[in-house]
Amino acid sequence: MGAANSCTQTCGVFMSFALFAEQVLNGLQSGIMLFVMAAGLTLIFGVMGLINLAHGSLYMVGAFAAAAAAAWTGSFLLALVAALTGAALVGMFVEMLVIRRLYDRDHLDQVLATFALILIFSEGTRFFFGSFPLFLDVPKVIAGPINLPIGIEYPVYRLIIIGVGLCVALGLWLLISKTRLGVQIRAGKNDREMIAALGVNISALYTFVFAIGAGLAGLAGALVGAIQSVQVGMGEPVLILAFVVIVIGGIGSIKGAFIGAILVGLTDTLGGIFLPELFKLFMEGSIATSLGSALASMLIYILMAVILVCRPQGLFGVQG
Amino acid sequence: MILTRENILNFVITAGLILVPIYAVIVEEPFTITLATRAVIFSLAAVGLNIALGLGGMVSLGHAVFFGLGGYTMGILAFHAQSYIPLFEWPILIEGTKQMLVVWPLAMIISAIAAFVIGLLSLRTGGVYFIMITLAFGQMFFFFSISWSAYGGEDGLSIYVRNQFPLVNTLVPIQFYAICLAILMLALWINARLAKSSFGLALSAARQNTERVRNVGLDPTSIKLVAFVISGAITGLAGALFADLNRFVSPTMFSWQLSGEIMVFIIIGGIGRLYGPVLGAIIFVTLEHFLGGISEYWLVFLGLLLLLIVLFSRGGLVGLLVGRERVHE
Amino acid sequence: MNKTILKTYNLTKNFGALRASDKISIDLRVGEIHGLIGPNGAGKTTLIAQIMGGLKPDSGLIEFDGTDITSFTTESRAQAGLGRTFQISQLAMDQTVLQNVVLGTVGERGGVWNFWRPVLAIQELRERAMESLSDVGLADKAATPVSELSHGGRRQLEVAIALTLNPKAFVMDEPMAGLGSDGSKKMTIFLDNLRTRAPILLVEHDMEAVFALSDRISVLVSGMVIATGSVDQIRNDARVRKAYLGEGS
Repeated sequence: MGAANSCTQTCGVFMSFALFAEQVLNGLQSGIMLFVMAAGLTLIFGVMGLINLAHGSLYMVGAFAAAAAAAWTGSFLLALVAALTGAALVGMFVEMLVIRRLYDRDHLDQVLATFALILIFSEGTRFFFGSFPLFLDVPKVIAGPINLPIGIEYPVYRLIIIGVGLCVALGLWLLISKTRLGVQIRAGKNDREMIAALGVNISALYTFVFAIGAGLAGLAGALVGAIQSVQVGMGEPVLILAFVVIVIGGIGSIKGAFIGAILVGLTDTLGGIFLPELFKLFMEGSIATSLGSALASMLIYILMAVILVCRPQGLFGVQG
Repeated sequence: MILTRENILNFVITAGLILVPIYAVIVEEPFTITLATRAVIFSLAAVGLNIALGLGGMVSLGHAVFFGLGGYTMGILAFHAQSYIPLFEWPILIEGTKQMLVVWPLAMIISAIAAFVIGLLSLRTGGVYFIMITLAFGQMFFFFSISWSAYGGEDGLSIYVRNQFPLVNTLVPIQFYAICLAILMLALWINARLAKSSFGLALSAARQNTERVRNVGLDPTSIKLVAFVISGAITGLAGALFADLNRFVSPTMFSWQLSGEIMVFIIIGGIGRLYGPVLGAIIFVTLEHFLGGISEYWLVFLGLLLLLIVLFSRGGLVGLLVGRERVHE
Repeated sequence: MNKTILKTYNLTKNFGALRASDKISIDLRVGEIHGLIGPNGAGKTTLIAQIMGGLKPDSGLIEFDGTDITSFTTESRAQAGLGRTFQISQLAMDQTVLQNVVLGTVGERGGVWNFWRPVLAIQELRERAMESLSDVGLADKAATPVSELSHGGRRQLEVAIALTLNPKAFVMDEPMAGLGSDGSKKMTIFLDNLRTRAPILLVEHDMEAVFALSDRISVLVSGMVIATGSVDQIRNDARVRKAYLGEGS
């Protein structure tokens, strides 16, 4: 075997490894954004017992707020601030107007009322911004790729997204386990009456928790909106993925949401790329692509089903 | 039958469903018949969901799965029939069909099987998990139908000619409407019998108190699962009819919005009431037509209406019109 | 000595570091009322839950009518003839009294998979249900919605449902709770007669009732049965007096 031949082989291995690493990073990035979404959902459910379908609308609100702020100020950083605060403020407003009437209701009422909110938010946004997608541009400095070791090229912006997501995870962990507010949040999970009796303003606490969840959803919407596009209806597919994450991780568990989100992100991304390739090994090209991508689109739900069979309460859920 | 206010209301709705389309034939407004057919088919889908939701208390946000499966069963069979490509050649030759009497049972069986699997998995948990899981499975079918390119993928499938029914010309709108209405009435009758039967009693008890059901020696999960399967089969049949009405199936039949809307029909009308889903679907289609004509943002109004009903008037319109449901035998 | 119908052997259940049931062995014999008493937190509810299948014991066995039922589900235990009433009423609140009892007859006679025949028109079930209602003195309330029934009425209804199952033994969790002194007296008389139909394992806080009714009493303290015996034996048992009154050394 000649030297040249051996080189192409080795380089080929490196090339495919680089491709693989890139896809893993993509999976991580989408998983981390799912986490930011799911963390709010699971926190709101854990503390207030509310299932909030309109969480996807807050994701959308964040993205539109960012797009509007970017168009107005030209600053991407200000756009992100606008997304976070805009969604948090809208969340606060909605909580005080509608959501707080739902805490004592059954899940059906919560589902219906928040479904109604989706209709209002979606059509309202369409009314103000139109049906065409908006574009939110990442600043040139961070839009390009960066060279990582062993030949991996990866967009800086996506790495920043991963970093922001990890900061959010760390921040939430610190908030819940280390602060006085976290103590109240954890107490509120277990015994509403008791902490009210201890003089904590439960109503303000709930509004605050909802606003945190809303703000995080908005931030995720803006960060992802800059990669994809900003349009009406962008929130709901992510919302449903976040539900899958929560079912996998266990309701109310932030840790479960984190692990579940990474699992879902990786499965979805890697499955979509590699399943059709895998099928090509033993069937004809176009059929393999079609069947592979069809099956890949079901992969995370199959993952969810498997976890339901083995551990109905989710990976980190509490039994019963 | 006792003459309660609810029975009178049900009678008025039935009469309306018979008389309005006849009137439309007389004054030659075929579009009204199409609207009425749409309302009747949505009613049927919601009657199906009401068995799971109203009687069994299962908040399924994935009933579009069955609606879509019914639709695609019809669409795929018709696609093979109109292109003369057999569905399978091995092990036995199976060809497409344009016969409603073949399509319907198949649509119901396929939906029932899907409902069995989804129900079996979702009922391992309860409460809010159930909602999320049914929603997620709905999304799974949605994405699958988009990426499965053999049957049109994202673009859906068009069917050239409406399916056939013996002795009826299904191409005449009022005749197709009559078929749909007859099926709806049959489904309502089945629903009413079911609610009063041993099974209905146990199902309703399982909704209210599973511990009670267990302690008389019955398994609430299998009771709920059977109800979920029946519910899915009826919604699947509605999907097959809907595909025939539009002569078109597409992934939107699987969409989560549709699942939400089927639930909205029930809530607007009145949950657990026999005619609740029917009234709700009629109102939805009417609003969609008239408000949709005035403003393209009509869903905002639907959202506000729904929000008001949930927050302030539980029991929906049937509840508003005839008062709270009395506990009866 | 009468035949033993229900027996637990060394039933043990831990919740983390807390031992809620510590090798509990008790038995229930045909024809008797066996009172189970103990201070709050002694583990009575945990024991009942294990007997009825709501909780799985960590170790130990439960035998009912000669069969090991330790791995049975709640519904199989009910089918085997273990009738139960709850501390907090477990009823279908949106249904009538009669519907709740008919559910019991459906459970006993089978036929839950009948989708067509109106259940209240099935004469056999209806008669059986009315019989049970008469037994507990609720026949005139048959058409009343459970949500409009008094607290005492709901207690009676629980018993009526349990009766439709023709149980071989009853497990009753505080049937006197919240009844008031008049109601308690009526229930005491009722249970007194019931023991001839099936023996009762009776968990109760109303000591007057327990001492009046029980043939034998077991005392549960910190997950352990510290004494089992006749009413007089328990009254004079040093360990029981110590647990309740803090007497002795």
